Amino acid sequence: MSTEERPLVEVQHLKEYFPINTGWFKTTPLKAVDDVSFSIKRGETLGLVGESGCGKTTVGRTILHLYKPTDGVVIFDGKPITTKEALAEYRKKTTMVFQDPYSSLNPRMTVSDIIAEPLDVHRMCANAKEREQRILELMDHVGLNSEHASRYAHEFSGGQRQRIGIARALAINPEFIVCDEPVSALDVSIQAQVINMFDELQDQFGLTYLFIAHDLLVVRHISNRIAVMYLGKMVELADSEEVYDNPLHPYTKSLISAVPIPDPKIARANKRIPLQGDIPSPLNAPSGCPFRTRCPYAAEACAGSMPPFEEVETGHFVACHRVREINA
Amino acid sequence: MSLLEVTDLHTSFFTDAGEVKAVNGVSFFLDRGKVLGIVGESGSGKSVTAYSILQILAPTGRIVSGSIKLDGQELVGAGEKVMQDVRGNRISIIFQDPMTSLNPTYTIGHQLMEAIMLHTNRNKRQAWDRAVEMLRLVNINEPEKRMKQYPFEHSGGMRQRIMIAMALACEPDILIADEPTTALDVTIQAQILELMQDLQKKLGMAIIMITHDLGVIAQLCDEVVVMYAGSYCERGTADEVFYNPKHEYTKGLLRSIPTLDTVGQRLKPIIGTPIDLLNLPKGCPFAPRCDAAMKICVREAPKSQDINEFHKASCWMNVKALVEAQAALEEQPAAPDEAPEPAAAPAAIAEGGDDE
Repeated sequence: MSTEERPLVEVQHLKEYFPINTGWFKTTPLKAVDDVSFSIKRGETLGLVGESGCGKTTVGRTILHLYKPTDGVVIFDGKPITTKEALAEYRKKTTMVFQDPYSSLNPRMTVSDIIAEPLDVHRMCANAKEREQRILELMDHVGLNSEHASRYAHEFSGGQRQRIGIARALAINPEFIVCDEPVSALDVSIQAQVINMFDELQDQFGLTYLFIAHDLLVVRHISNRIAVMYLGKMVELADSEEVYDNPLHPYTKSLISAVPIPDPKIARANKRIPLQGDIPSPLNAPSGCPFRTRCPYAAEACAGSMPPFEEVETGHFVACHRVREINA
Repeated sequence: MSLLEVTDLHTSFFTDAGEVKAVNGVSFFLDRGKVLGIVGESGSGKSVTAYSILQILAPTGRIVSGSIKLDGQELVGAGEKVMQDVRGNRISIIFQDPMTSLNPTYTIGHQLMEAIMLHTNRNKRQAWDRAVEMLRLVNINEPEKRMKQYPFEHSGGMRQRIMIAMALACEPDILIADEPTTALDVTIQAQILELMQDLQKKLGMAIIMITHDLGVIAQLCDEVVVMYAGSYCERGTADEVFYNPKHEYTKGLLRSIPTLDTVGQRLKPIIGTPIDLLNLPKGCPFAPRCDAAMKICVREAPKSQDINEFHKASCWMNVKALVEAQAALEEQPAAPDEAPEPAAAPAAIAEGGDDE
């Protein structure tokens, strides 16, 4: 397979279980991510959406091996990340931007030290002058003023802090960045600035993103493809336009209809598909399809087994037993 | 006469660092049975406006001037006794975070009954019945069982329903919802918004919806107030504000949300960062971030202009447009004599340049 066709990141049957103490010498596995497979092409942005507790952040962290996967394998640029050496190499090419710009920056470090920390860890600068040069270059990429280098994080607003976090992520010249809700904590006007910056940096450096967010309008704007998760499972994956215009899974349908659209006439005419009840606890997830307890189309078969994640139309994957009947 | 009339409200916090002018001359009216949205970014003073109405400000905060009239009765300067009668009884509020607004050490029933018994002369038994009735109204299953449970046994969406039940138990005229769905997931948000719309139709109360989400505003509100840095930029019917915005900040906000049309393109964000409320500029607070700012914008704060019957905005661009329209009319010798009067300071505009 040539490099053109080969995906940059390939995730196969990824599982991440956390042991939860449920009694005196008893633990129950919390299946935060349960058998998730997908791949991301070079230069692509894959959006990952779902409600809180569905495991989207855990997917991001497990891909980067911040958590050791319980099972499954991540293949980066054709090499499976199974050995220590492969992981060390992988860590130099991948990085993460965190959700909360207030707690993800060390308050005792200056901006220049924060940005240079990955450089120091990976020993990427030969001398102090080169390090200085690189810091200024990175600050310039994210639109920070070079005179801010000696300041501390608390002197900046939320949007500027997120820029510092992004500069830190760019320091190692990564190929792949996991963006974990990078704009959720920001105001609308600042959010747009940061989204544009992600777009521009992608064009400039050919970056590949896994963009995790719960704001579907933002995800649609930035992503080439969108994956939808529910209770640790992936339920739908397709091109972003396709997910929006032609969602096939009942959960996706309801999720998209629930997005408040900032246009009064459309919003008033919008027919929402309400869901009953709340998300079940992942500790005692329903048998079979995890969505069946809230699904308006649930049938007997749904309780029996987890539906396979199959390609229903070209490039459009859905995990639903009744997908063909529902969309007929 | 409107149900609630807020006129030129100024609220400040007196801190060690100086006076923080959190609300700076906000005016609006709320009619019976209507939904008013207040939208703005963090620090724009939307929550403080709500807290001023109920006078539940932090100890350092004070209403400096202005008037708040409920059904003709002046609330600014009214005693604590009057306010106690207003809170919960005539105006009630639900807060942003349902996880922290219920007391974890009391049962749901205890907290609901406390609110009911405080404001009405029901006895314990009647209060219990009323509480169960309210829980049923907000679509909670098995209300009798829920009454005996504690908040931790309920999810975020359920707790917000319980808060709504508590707020509506005394049939207030006005419900203030301060970012009621911000902490909730999209599908749960849709449930809560739907519930609020239903209850509003059923009970006929007026709602003040405070949010930063223009989508929520579009779905729910009849009228909108847009706030920036404590001042109101624009207010009008939802259709007017969304389809015919007359303030540069509103236009910028609407441009910076991703929509169908922006797919594959860059967004058009508002430049710069929000201003420091400790050092408010002399002119329009939005001028430092505004693309269209003129010299006058920095020198003098704009006054509110009537765009039409349903729409007011305070932006110098509107004055400029008026002056230009008038000048164009004057150029035609046979022009009729009904050129619109510019709202304020046309001389200043004439000498003000276009760019700054």
